Parts: sequence; C-alpha cells; structure tokens
Amino acid sequence: MALRESYFIPERPRPEGKAYRRRFIFRIEQLFGRGFSMGDVVVLVGIAVLIYVGVRLALQAPETVAGPTISLSPRVLPYYALRSLGRMAAAYFLSLAFTLVYGRLAAYNRRAEQVLMPLLDVLQSVPILSFLPVVLLSLSAILPERTAAELASIVLIFTSQVWNMTFAWYQSLTTIPVELREASAIFRFNGWLRFKVLELPFAAISLIWNSMMSWAGGWFFLMAAEIFTVGQRDFRLPGLGAYLQEAANQGDTRAILWGIGALVLVIVALDQLLWRPLLAWADRFKLEMVEGENPPTSWFYDLLRSAHILEWFSRGVWRPLSERLDYWFIRRAAAAEARVEKPSRPYLFFLLALLLGLGLAYGGFRAALMLAAVPARQWGEIGLGVLATLLRVSVSLLIALAWTIPVGVAIGTNPRVATYLQPTVQVMASIPATALFPVFLLLILGLPGGLNIAAIVLMLTGTQWYLLFNVIAGASAIPQDLKYTSAIIGLSHWERWRTLILPSLFPYIITGAITASGGAWNASIVAEYVEFGGKTLFIPGIGALITRATATGDYHLLLAATLAMVLAVVLINRLFWRRLYRLAEERYRME
Amino acid sequence: MSTNGYLLEVRHVHQIYRSGFRQFVALQDVNLAVREGEFLCLLGPSGCGKSTLLRIITGLQRPTEGVVLYRGQPLRGVNPHATIVFQTFALFPWLTVLENVEVALKARGVPPKLRTARAMDLLDRVGLDGFENAYPRELSGGMRQKVGFARAMAVEPELLCLDEPFSALDVLSAEALRGELLELWTEGKIPTRAILMVTHNIEEAVFMADRIVVMDKNPGRVVAEMTVDLSHPRQRRSPEFLELVDEVYGLLAGQTQPEHVELGVAPGEPGRIRALPPITINDLAGLLEHLSEMPDHRHDLYRLAKELHVDSDHLLQLTEVAELLGFATIGKGDIVLTPLGETFAEASILARKEIFATRIRRLPMFRWLLSLLSVAENRRLKWDVVLRALELEFPPEEAEKQLETIVNWGRYAELIAYDDATKTIFLE
Repeated sequence: MALRESYFIPERPRPEGKAYRRRFIFRIEQLFGRGFSMGDVVVLVGIAVLIYVGVRLALQAPETVAGPTISLSPRVLPYYALRSLGRMAAAYFLSLAFTLVYGRLAAYNRRAEQVLMPLLDVLQSVPILSFLPVVLLSLSAILPERTAAELASIVLIFTSQVWNMTFAWYQSLTTIPVELREASAIFRFNGWLRFKVLELPFAAISLIWNSMMSWAGGWFFLMAAEIFTVGQRDFRLPGLGAYLQEAANQGDTRAILWGIGALVLVIVALDQLLWRPLLAWADRFKLEMVEGENPPTSWFYDLLRSAHILEWFSRGVWRPLSERLDYWFIRRAAAAEARVEKPSRPYLFFLLALLLGLGLAYGGFRAALMLAAVPARQWGEIGLGVLATLLRVSVSLLIALAWTIPVGVAIGTNPRVATYLQPTVQVMASIPATALFPVFLLLILGLPGGLNIAAIVLMLTGTQWYLLFNVIAGASAIPQDLKYTSAIIGLSHWERWRTLILPSLFPYIITGAITASGGAWNASIVAEYVEFGGKTLFIPGIGALITRATATGDYHLLLAATLAMVLAVVLINRLFWRRLYRLAEERYRME
Repeated sequence: MSTNGYLLEVRHVHQIYRSGFRQFVALQDVNLAVREGEFLCLLGPSGCGKSTLLRIITGLQRPTEGVVLYRGQPLRGVNPHATIVFQTFALFPWLTVLENVEVALKARGVPPKLRTARAMDLLDRVGLDGFENAYPRELSGGMRQKVGFARAMAVEPELLCLDEPFSALDVLSAEALRGELLELWTEGKIPTRAILMVTHNIEEAVFMADRIVVMDKNPGRVVAEMTVDLSHPRQRRSPEFLELVDEVYGLLAGQTQPEHVELGVAPGEPGRIRALPPITINDLAGLLEHLSEMPDHRHDLYRLAKELHVDSDHLLQLTEVAELLGFATIGKGDIVLTPLGETFAEASILARKEIFATRIRRLPMFRWLLSLLSVAENRRLKWDVVLRALELEFPPEEAEKQLETIVNWGRYAELIAYDDATKTIFLE
C-alpha cells in the first residue's frame, strides 16, 4: 500500500530505471539533508491549530449519525464500485490541481519555496489517518451527515495522495535542463506554452508514476473512511469498503469473496486500462536521446492505437481544441505584455505573513489552553498508548523484514522467478489492507490475544509489500561482477550475505521501512479500536485513544491524542529514520 | 533605427558573482558593437565568459552593470529580434522535427497553415525534407543541429546567435554544417541581419567570421579585435588564412612572463592566483615529446593543433601548463621547448616523475597545500576541508576542478596521495 510516501519504488525493472531512480533519490537526499528547524516547529504549531479548530467545530457534531444500509447482494457491487471510484477520482483531481499550483509556486518563487517545501516535508510524514475522526466530526457539525462523510473521505484521500505528486512536480520543474528553459525563453513561450510544451511533458513520466502510487495509497484510506464507525456515529459510506465490512460483520463468506473479487477487479482494470496505457504513451516524454531497449508496453494502448480511436480523437477533437486554447493564451499574453509591469509589492507578503503569524499565535494559545485542561492521568494514558503502538509497529516491521528479505532476494537475483512472481505480488499488494481488515477480524478475533494479533496483521499487510518491492529492487541492482567475485573468492553462504547482500540492500531496506512504518502508524487508527458484530473491542494504543475519544465525545483527549501521535511519528522520522537514511546514502549507495 | 548604424551595442558590461565575502568577475568592462550585415565571432578559451556575454546580449540574463543597446534602445527582457542556436541543440525530445520548428512560430502567434508551410520550407532549406515527422532522438547530431538552425531561422530573427553550435558534433558533420550555414548567409537566403557566434575554436572563427572579438579569462574580458578580410569560401591552407590563425594563437597564448608573474600567488595571499588548467600529465608528455622532434624544438601553435588532433582550446591549456612548469616558452604564436622540457621529454618514467615533482613544488598552489598538510594532524586533510579553503578563492565548480587537478598532478608526482574511501588527502 502506498502511504503518502514520496519514495518512489519502481514496480518493474525499467530500462532507464537507474537514471530515473537517481532523480528520485536526489529528492529525498535534498529533503533529508536538513535537521529539525524552526520551520518545522511553525508547521507543527499550524497543524495543532488546525486540529484545534476541527475539535472546536466538532463540539457541535450531532450525537448520533445514522449509517446507510449496506446491501450484500452482488448486484449492487457495480454501483458500490462506482461510488468508491468516484471518491477516488474526485480526490485525485483535487490533488492534481493542488499539485500543479503548489509545485509551480514553490519552484519559481524563492520566498514561497522557503515556506512551502518545509511545510510539505512535515506534512508528508504526518499520520494522515489520525485526522480522520477530527475531520469527520468537524464536517458533520457544519454539513448534512452524508455529505460530511463523503467530503471527509475525499479530504482524507486527498491528503494521502497529494504530497508525493507535489514533490514529483516540484522536482521536475527544478530539474528542467537549462538549455530547454533558455530555448523556451528565447522563443518567447508564454506561460501556457511553457507549461504545455516544456513543463508538463518533462514531468509527465514522473507524474504518472507518482499518480499510480498515490492512487494505490488512496485505496487504503478510502477503505478506512468507508468503514469508519464509532459509538452512536456511523460514518460508513456506500462503497466497496463498507460492503466488505458488512459482509464480515454478518459472517457472510460468499459476500466477502464477491467483495474482494470486485475490489481486485477494479484495481486490476484500472492498472490495465488506465495506468499501463498512460505509461506506454508517456514513454515519448523521456529526455534520453536514445531509444530505450524495452519501453513500457500495454496491450490496451496498442489496441486503441490500432483502432485509430486515438488518431481520430487527436485529429478531430484534441488538436483543434488545443489550437484554439493556444491561440487564446497567445492573445492574452500579448495583451499582458502591452500593459505596463507593476512593481512587485513585498509589503503585501509581509502583511500576509504577519496575519498568518498572529493567527497561529492565537490559535496555538487556545490549543494550549485546551491541552492544559487534559488531566495528568490521560497524559499518562497517551504516553503509554504511544509506546504500545510503537511496539506493535516495530513487531510488524520486524516480521515483515524477516520474510521479505529472503524472499525478495530470491526473487530479485533470479530473473526467471521474478517474471513468474511479479504479477502475483503486484495483485496481492494492490489490495488495500484496510479492506481486508474486517475479514481478519472475523478470522482472528476468536483466538487468544485476538485484536492484538489482528492489529499487527493489519499493519503487516499494509507494510510488507513496500519492503518486498524494495528488497527486490535492491537485489536486482547488485552488480553481476560483484556476485561473480564473491563466488570466485569462495565466500561462504553467510559471508556472502554479510559482505555483499545485506550491505547493498541496506539503502533499499531503509527506504522501504520508512514508508512501511508510516503505514503501520496509520493502520493503528482503525486497528486498535473496532466495533464488530455489535461489540466494541479495543487494546491499549494511541490509535485506540483517538478513536475512543471520538466515540465518547472527549474532545480534549481527541486533540491531545491526535497531536501526540503526529508529534511522535514526525520525531521518529526525523531522529531515527533520517539518520539511518543518510547513513545508507553515504555508505552503501552503489552507483 | 539608431544613428550610428549599429544593430547592437554592449556598453561597459560587468558580470560579477558574489559568494560570501568573495566575488568572482565573470565579465569585466566589456564593450562591443555588431553592425548590420556582419558575422561577428566571440572567441576565447573556456571560462572567459563568452557564453555569459551571449546570454546578456540576448536578454536571457541581466548584467550586474552596464547596458545592452539594440538599435539604439536599451534592452529590457529577452530580445524579441534575436534567437539562439544552442550547443546542445535544446530540442524538445517529445516533439517531432516539424513540431520543434513550428512551436517557435506558434509562440509568436503565426496561424497554423502559414506556420506549417514556413516550417516545411525552412526544413527543406537545411536539407531535412523527409524527416519532418521524425523525433530528435532518431536523428544524428548533425541533423539535430540542423533542426536547431531551422527553428532559429524560422522566426526570421534580425540577430542570429550561435552558441558553440558545432562543438558537440563530429568533425565531418561540423564541417558540412559550417559550409551550409555560410552558403545561406553569404548568398542572402535568410533574412538575418547579423550573426553573432560564440566559439573557442580559432580556425572556426577565422573560417567563418568577418570580425573576431578575442576574449580571455581571469577575469573575462575583451583583449583584442581583428577583422578577417578574406572572401568566402575561405581556403584553410592559404597563407593568408594561416597567418590570421597564427596571429590569434599569438594573442591567446600570450607571451611567457617572468616566473613570479607566471606563477601568481598562493591561496590566501594578496594578488592573482594562477588557476591550473585541467590537463593530464600524459597529454603534456605527448606535447613535449612532439616538440622535441621538431627542428630547433620550436613550432607554430596552430600547426601543433592540427598535428596533435586537439582543438585550440585544449592545446592552449596544454601549452599554458608547459609554460607554467618551465618546460616551454611562448611568444608570437610560437612555442619553444626549454632545456628542462627537453630533458623531461627524453627522460624515463621515474625521472619524469622526479622532474615533474620538483617543478610543481614551485607552484604556489602546491606550496600552499603541502604546507597545510605538513602541519595537519597525521599529515592528512579531508577533501572537503581543502575544497572549502579553495572556495574562498574560486567559484564552487571551479574550486572542485582545481582540487581535482591538484590531486591528479600531486599523485603523479608522488607528493601527495588520496584515499577515496575516506576522502582524505595525505602526504606521501
């Protein structure tokens, strides 16, 4: 599951993979170079203020929210699938629009860049699912219940999708070769033409890959949003997630299978009918001046091309339309050029910054007041909760490492096995863990340690694929001559692992683990406190605290717990993962 | 139209980059003018700021000081009457050949039909008919540059700027393309009023230009101007041609100065630091050996370039090192081997190392580094530490290059060693 990472993992070995990956790695390096700064503190205060505002709004949230009736008939599945897809699409287009504006602003405006990039950096490491209760409650206080739930799911998916796309776009904009930039200046491209001919094509491949990642991550959050229900408030949404949850709730195995089948079908269809064709089409946008050896292919794209649909569309609709659009922009640009340039107004910027600062200070003060009202006993609970969840996250990570490293190396070093297993692994990985969670509950709850195990299993399903993909990528990147050398000098099995395989995997494992641990924290929100089969079950943990605060309407606790979780994850990221990552980059990168 | 008949004038242009307390002068008080109907060449070694000057002239970059006048009017923003042919072609890889040319016209609001017709006509004229639907990656370097030319000429610029347009091409395509451009230009087949070409290739400048503005580095400045009064097509072997080439070599290679002037000062001392040209010892030995076979150990620089198959830029860097180390002296476009250089050329590998070591010990840069190392803990210094020190004297990229050269030479001379794993430099 992709969980708001900006770390790109190629799904398949690509011909130009090396150069491509380097571009991404460069980005992480750039971000990871910084320590904890003043900007981070401001951003965290900003987040606190946002949550505070949400909690204040939530005070007016209705006591009970009636859920929708979820039908288990297989015939409703197409409709539910469409509803789910609609939410995803709405969030995605929102993300895309945000990406284009935000990234451009950050890339072309020095002053904006200094604010926007650190902001993005913190936001991307925040556990998004922890906001779900606050967003749901605050929206349902001001909007009709159903609309609020729909909107909350879209907001949630948006926040999960947007960061890595924005990074990709920003990174592309700032790495456009100077001579292409100069060419577009000397031939006097206006803003539109530059966007269409230079920026968008240059960023296309990276944007598409990241869209795929975002989309995959989005499913995780969509499913979580669709099944969210606490106490008297049932926020479920008609969709595939709710269908699966209802099916598990009623113990209807047939419906569970139908639901999983529909979900897999939707995801595979999207991959085959949308993303693969897009990738095949976007191959023309690569910068390399040599033909790739095996460019991405798509049977559907070939079909479209041979049916001349694309050709017809391009000639009959697209070209005249874009011609008109170009013309309109050119006329506008000419008119703008005729006008006298206005001097820039720096004071406006400072005024805005001042207003923002005052707002933050006031909001921060109010939030602090609210936090001060939280009794010490609850703070203790929060502290223990963070520790308990951290323990679960670590266990799931260790389990994932234990199996993904040997399996990943086996796949990665053996191309033949890889071609067999790759598609299977991809399909498995594409099923959002949250969708399966109700099913796990059904299976596991009866066992001793029930929910604890279920929670860890959920974290595991959400995280192991990332590690696996990364280990495969790392293993297949071990240079052949090193493998020969270690064979020739007669290293024992263990020695080979110690001196060759593990060190060269290290950077990949770290990259995967960063993403994986982020995903596991998110999973704790839905995993540690569940309403299942009419019962409420929970285990100690920060996720359970947040959900319980939502159920009981304890808004002070909600604010404190959400903030604590955000802070914990951001700190762990900064103090632990980044150091490891830097070490990995400096010591073990093979290039 | 301005009164003095100049299409373009550059007046007192300075370009200064600041970094911390230091500043680097990329261009110092540059003045020049381009007349209508003229093919002007900006010629100079790499790092002399000629490309920067081109960007200032076209308005892509604003100078720190000074003005650019176009038809008597000060330039504000990108010059709408100028285009550039780029060294690296700067084609959009995702557009076809035709689209690459058309997009330049589209940006100026030329309607579709006219646009296609004009682009096709241009492609025809540069000999690319039949390739209009190909993508740049399907073309050879020479053909890609033809697209670059077609695109630049499609918008019918008054001032056509060429930024080392032939230096990324193989020898044959470069020669062919030069001829074709000259044909279009001298026979008035393009509506261009003036051509401004940047190059570091001396022969190329003499072959093509009506006038040559010679620039030099440290700081980047204009050192001479010369008119080329030969009719086209020019004969590269004619005595008049060779005489001009020789003269430019003389200007650029300069005259060997007394040693203390040549060597400059060490980093941190007041005065001018001599930057080390990024030359490998092998190439230097090759040059010296070649010279030792010449009668009187003396040779014309321009002939050397031909015989050694190196371009003039590289050759001038080689001769500069030979001069710096006292292996040769230069004057009036000729190079003469010194007795020391002769000994070096005839010495064994080990003896060469020894001679080289004693010579580079005299360079202020090495004296500085060796004394730093000798007082350092364990006689070792981190690469980055030395780099930071050099960055006080050079722009960051140049500092890196300098250090690479220093380490290369020092390793050859067995004065210093470098361990890549720990990134440390230490005394041998």
